[in-house]
Amino acid sequence: MAKITLDGQVYDVDAGENLLKTCLSLGLDLPYFCWHPALGSVGACRQCAVVQYKDASDSKGRLVMACMTPVTDGLRAELEAPEAREFRASVIEFLMTSHPHDCPVCEEGGECHLQDMTVMTGHTVRHYRGRKRTHRNQYLGPFLNHEMNRCIACYRCVRYYRDYAGGQDLDVFAIRNDVYFGRFEDGVLENEFSGNLAEVCPTGVFTDKTFSAHYVRKWDLRYAPSVCAHCAVGCNTSPGERLGVLRRIINRYHGEVNGYFLCDRGRFGYGFVNGEERIRQPSLRGEPVSIEAAVAHLAGLASGRTIGIGSPRASLEANFALRALVGAENFYAGLSRAEAELVAAILDVLRRWPIRLPTVREVERADAVLVLGEDATSTAPRLALALRQAVRNQALELAQELKIPGWLDAAVREAAQGAKSPLFLASPAATRLDEVAEAVYRGAPEDIARLGFAVAHCLSPEAPGVPDLAGEDARLAETIAAALASARRPLIVSGTGCQSLEIIQAAANVALALAKRNPERSAPADAPDQSPPSAGLTETMKPVDLCYLVPECNTLGLALMDGRSVGDVFAAVQEGAADTVVVLENDLYRRADAVAVDHFLGQVKHLAVIEHTFNATAEQAELLLPSGTFAETEGTLVSLEGRAQRFYSVMPPAGEARDNWRWPAA
Amino acid sequence: MDDKNNKPIPLTESEAAEIRAAASHYPDPSAASIEALKIVQKHRRWVSDNNLQAVAELLGLSAAELDGIATFYNLIYRKPVGEKVIHYCDSVSCWMLGAERIREHISKRLGIGLGETTADGRFTLLPIVCLGACDRAPAMMIGDELYGDLDEASVDAILTREDRHG
Repeated sequence: MAKITLDGQVYDVDAGENLLKTCLSLGLDLPYFCWHPALGSVGACRQCAVVQYKDASDSKGRLVMACMTPVTDGLRAELEAPEAREFRASVIEFLMTSHPHDCPVCEEGGECHLQDMTVMTGHTVRHYRGRKRTHRNQYLGPFLNHEMNRCIACYRCVRYYRDYAGGQDLDVFAIRNDVYFGRFEDGVLENEFSGNLAEVCPTGVFTDKTFSAHYVRKWDLRYAPSVCAHCAVGCNTSPGERLGVLRRIINRYHGEVNGYFLCDRGRFGYGFVNGEERIRQPSLRGEPVSIEAAVAHLAGLASGRTIGIGSPRASLEANFALRALVGAENFYAGLSRAEAELVAAILDVLRRWPIRLPTVREVERADAVLVLGEDATSTAPRLALALRQAVRNQALELAQELKIPGWLDAAVREAAQGAKSPLFLASPAATRLDEVAEAVYRGAPEDIARLGFAVAHCLSPEAPGVPDLAGEDARLAETIAAALASARRPLIVSGTGCQSLEIIQAAANVALALAKRNPERSAPADAPDQSPPSAGLTETMKPVDLCYLVPECNTLGLALMDGRSVGDVFAAVQEGAADTVVVLENDLYRRADAVAVDHFLGQVKHLAVIEHTFNATAEQAELLLPSGTFAETEGTLVSLEGRAQRFYSVMPPAGEARDNWRWPAA
Repeated sequence: MDDKNNKPIPLTESEAAEIRAAASHYPDPSAASIEALKIVQKHRRWVSDNNLQAVAELLGLSAAELDGIATFYNLIYRKPVGEKVIHYCDSVSCWMLGAERIREHISKRLGIGLGETTADGRFTLLPIVCLGACDRAPAMMIGDELYGDLDEASVDAILTREDRHG
């Protein structure tokens, strides 16, 4: 703790942070551009100047940049000192000399950091009478607009894109008043997290192009707290709606999950909500019917023995409502056969083994990582961005030894050069994280599993070994084991990506072997007390961080309700258990091969489908019941870290669609 | 050099060898970025997009990253220049002592404006922020040669001499 005096007022604050962040946390208005909570300080924009005094007798003080000033006990500064105010006003006036006066037609207008800061400093009249410098804009792909004339050269974009997200195709060119932020040549931005530029940029250089297509001002949008439905990470989002059209999605800060950033799939993948393929009216054998008739028909169908097929992309509530309608014994999770088996194995490990599910934020803190059989950038993109940050922990540690605070970004990077924490990556094909990995292993799923088992054996001789491993692979296993064993916060990432049960088991074995190395440390009080998987587990162990990536936004939640696959449904119908089936938001053709699904649907007499968008299963429904997408309904999803998160509707369902849970609950 | 298609044209073997030799002095080859660009320029006078992409590949950098370096330095030319580049200083000391007059004189004599090259491809005129020769202001640099205490007469004499030699 530190006692500091700001404008004569005494505050108790955390020592070691920078003064800008501390001021902002205290609710004090201090303008800034280049600082960003996730990117740290570089002192580039000179906007957050304050006057700092040496000691009690110092009456003159000196101008310092708050973002570059560490908070220490006894610090005394004035934000409101006249020279600080004048300095800040003059800096913003310089930054604004070439800024176009296009706020009324700029899409950033009304939610523009530059606008807010300019008003805050009181710069309302342009004294500059010279020519403004202008730039040519670039085509950056379908997601982002580029309007370089608005740039104030804060460098946030390249610091985010290159340093944080690992992109290589956005850079800064030229010097002085001509600095230009863009690509080497026109073209689609390559990084899968490029959309965050729209939020990172403090003004309107990078704006959301999908939003431009149906733009409205921020204050005309209605928002609701939501959760991304595109993968199992569970990023928190704010979808914005107006007049029944979903206009855009922006990040909603969650300190333990997505922080400040989303992936491009999550940010831009909302078009289907407004899509032509939406189901807008209940229909019976292809003919539109009223909601009342549809409800009555469903009740009639469900009066006898009926099978319900749930969905890993529908909420717990919707799945529960379906289960309540058909009875637990007739409710099937409706995953594919392979997926059901894999997720059951994952649940078993999560429940009974000495492991701990880290949050996405905790993934960022890992100091040695083994990724076994996953291309996280594809299966859980936001988590891949977290893994990229984990690789920086070595640099942050080196900086700490040199007494450089972690937020002093340029100094940390300069001191650490290319230092990286070890990330080992085993996957069948190249991944975007290969470039930051200490070692990459390419192999078939069986080979990846064997490598995993070998790592476990290196860590604990009790774990089964892999006798016929090639010398090179055996050495890699030893290297990985040594790195994990010497790490303070080791992490294993695996999942269903390779559709391999062995990989999931191998990852669990590595975690168990690591846990066994630390028997002396006591387990936290909330450690699972279920029966351990083997006799060797009876001693107290410190749980090891293990993260399994599962495919869909509620795969884990659904698997907690039921573990039976579409294969089990097919078998039940084959045996004549029922001839009526209700499918909840699940395209069976994605869960089994077409021949098997066709055969199954041929045996079903009555098929009711609750769905928001047409697909091959919905097209064969006798009774088709339109439901709302994530933006139009509410419910709870369980993320891959086991976090149950509620999302809310931002607009009523399209046409005569209803909440997915409302149909079976009616 | 053909810049017609967008594919990186290979550097000549001797250029590539010189760049590799320069890079071998550093643990990180990207440290030789400026040196490598100067090598290309020594052979070709300027650095085309294709040259730049080839150098970036050789040094293990993205083209964007290397171009960020290239465009930062005003002695790396990213557009074609004449045989000799005249850099007249437009910084404060030279400006106070008549840099504008000197520039107008050069422009009139050679018939070119800023950033332009004479029809015979002999001279290109560019400004530079400071030549570190304030004591001899106004100053200019032609190639590697620094000239100070300029007036119209001395500029005429210098340009005549530079045109005749080299």
